[in-house]
Amino acid sequence: MTTTALVQSLYVFVLAGFVGFLVITRVPALLHTPLMSATNAISAISLVGSLVAAGADRGRTATVLGFVAVTSATINVVGGFLITDRMLKMFRRDPKAGPEERGRGR
Amino acid sequence: MTRDLLIQASYLASSVLFVLGLRSLTRPDSARRGMHLAAIGMLVAVVGTLLHREIVDFRWIVAGLTLGSLIGYPMGMWVPMTAMPQRIAISHMFGALAATLVGIAEFETLGRGASVGHAQMAALGFEVLFGSLTITGSLMAFLKLQELLPGAPVTFRGQNLVSLALFGAGVILLALLVGNPGQPLAFHSMAAVGLAFGVSLVLPIGGADMPVVISLLNSYAGLASAATGFAIGNNVLVIAGALDGASGFILSIVMSKAMNRSFTNVLFGAFGTPQVAAGRSAAGLAVRAITPEDAAIQLAYARKVIVVPGYGLAVSQAQHQIRELAGLVEKNGGDVIYAIHPVAGRMPGHMNVLLAEADVPYDRLREMEEVNPEFGSADLVLVIGANDVVNPAAKHDPKSPIYGMPILEVEQAKNVLVLKRSMNPGFAGIENELFYMPQTSMLFGDAKQSLQRLIAEVRLA
Repeated sequence: MTTTALVQSLYVFVLAGFVGFLVITRVPALLHTPLMSATNAISAISLVGSLVAAGADRGRTATVLGFVAVTSATINVVGGFLITDRMLKMFRRDPKAGPEERGRGR
Repeated sequence: MTRDLLIQASYLASSVLFVLGLRSLTRPDSARRGMHLAAIGMLVAVVGTLLHREIVDFRWIVAGLTLGSLIGYPMGMWVPMTAMPQRIAISHMFGALAATLVGIAEFETLGRGASVGHAQMAALGFEVLFGSLTITGSLMAFLKLQELLPGAPVTFRGQNLVSLALFGAGVILLALLVGNPGQPLAFHSMAAVGLAFGVSLVLPIGGADMPVVISLLNSYAGLASAATGFAIGNNVLVIAGALDGASGFILSIVMSKAMNRSFTNVLFGAFGTPQVAAGRSAAGLAVRAITPEDAAIQLAYARKVIVVPGYGLAVSQAQHQIRELAGLVEKNGGDVIYAIHPVAGRMPGHMNVLLAEADVPYDRLREMEEVNPEFGSADLVLVIGANDVVNPAAKHDPKSPIYGMPILEVEQAKNVLVLKRSMNPGFAGIENELFYMPQTSMLFGDAKQSLQRLIAEVRLA
């Protein structure tokens, strides 16, 4: 990796962090637990790197480390998205609430 | 060429889907659909990666995906909502483990560091250092929350010095490696130092501070993922890691503010050890105990009731009882809302999830800033298993250890009913003057049993 590549990645990192900051400050405290489990599942995207390490046949060490990494990341992907969905499924509106209360977009 | 283009396109698509998914979390009614988009994004990225030319052997990949799914499914479907904090802590460990191992594999592959450039070494070093400290830090947090380790701070003399020395050693090793990447011994020592630092960082932190710790570890796990992206030149990792890092960072700030503590104070303060001068003494003051019968009459005639649930409610698993009681009050024509302090549970937003699980509609749950002006007009405030978050001393007593912490202003209410196990003060050993105020009545006993008796009495009233 060259320094140019590092700088380009830095651009992406800073801009993505900025987008993340803008979006996530708007998530209500109501959903902070699902937010954390969701970002946890999303950051298990390191699965992508693990797949290459496990499958590129670069010697036994890399393959074994890659295999453990694929397993760990998959646990977070599968478990993370499932538990987030399980939580979000529980958040329900009050069916009795009047129209003005229904409009409380939070 | 087309294949590379396809892979990059899949990464771009999944990055967009991730951002859209997180954006959907700003509204509870769109959240679920949005997270389905994010899950599709993950699938797209994985399928794209499998097209990679370097991947020649699928046996270990299939084995890892299968084993991971077999472990991940029960962790997603069977873990109870009360165990969410430790569930999240352990998943930070898995995330960091994956990132760290990818980093080590990359290092080993590139001639054990010999053919790693300086810039790439910086990325790999950050990845492994942050990753390894997050692995053990999250494991400690998990063990504490699961009560396999004492929740109280584990401290010894010179602890902060040891932590500082470990941190310094990690940074020095990282600098050495960036200068000359071909040093496998230094690389492995750095990983070991990171593991030790994670232990010494989290072990001294008490259970009550876990919301901040979990959020910080969330941020670190994200940064480790982002560093992986830097090291292997993959933008979707950089983006997802940055999103996770930002989210964890924001949540740690929210939690620290809600507890009126700084990061340094949480990490190096070992809260809960010698709490002397616990504010005003309660000597000479008396509390007014109330019978369930009298409390039920107040409840049955109240028009506007605000429930303040605390961690004690979750401990005694009484969310369903409070929902049932609220149903009775509503049937009598009353209105019930819930005031949620940001640190009411053991992690950000935990109490909201516990109440949602008990079928409390989310439009009844109110955040602190939103509900505080409402207490003055409430007929009755029901405080269940909460203590420090309703202590007025936080507002007016500079000597109190919790002075400056934002609280739910329950003392403004006309009538307050406190359900509490006994008169033992809360975790910080602080007296709560709310309990001695003239409008406050105390109903002693286990929260669940007290609520069951209240339900029975309100039915009769």
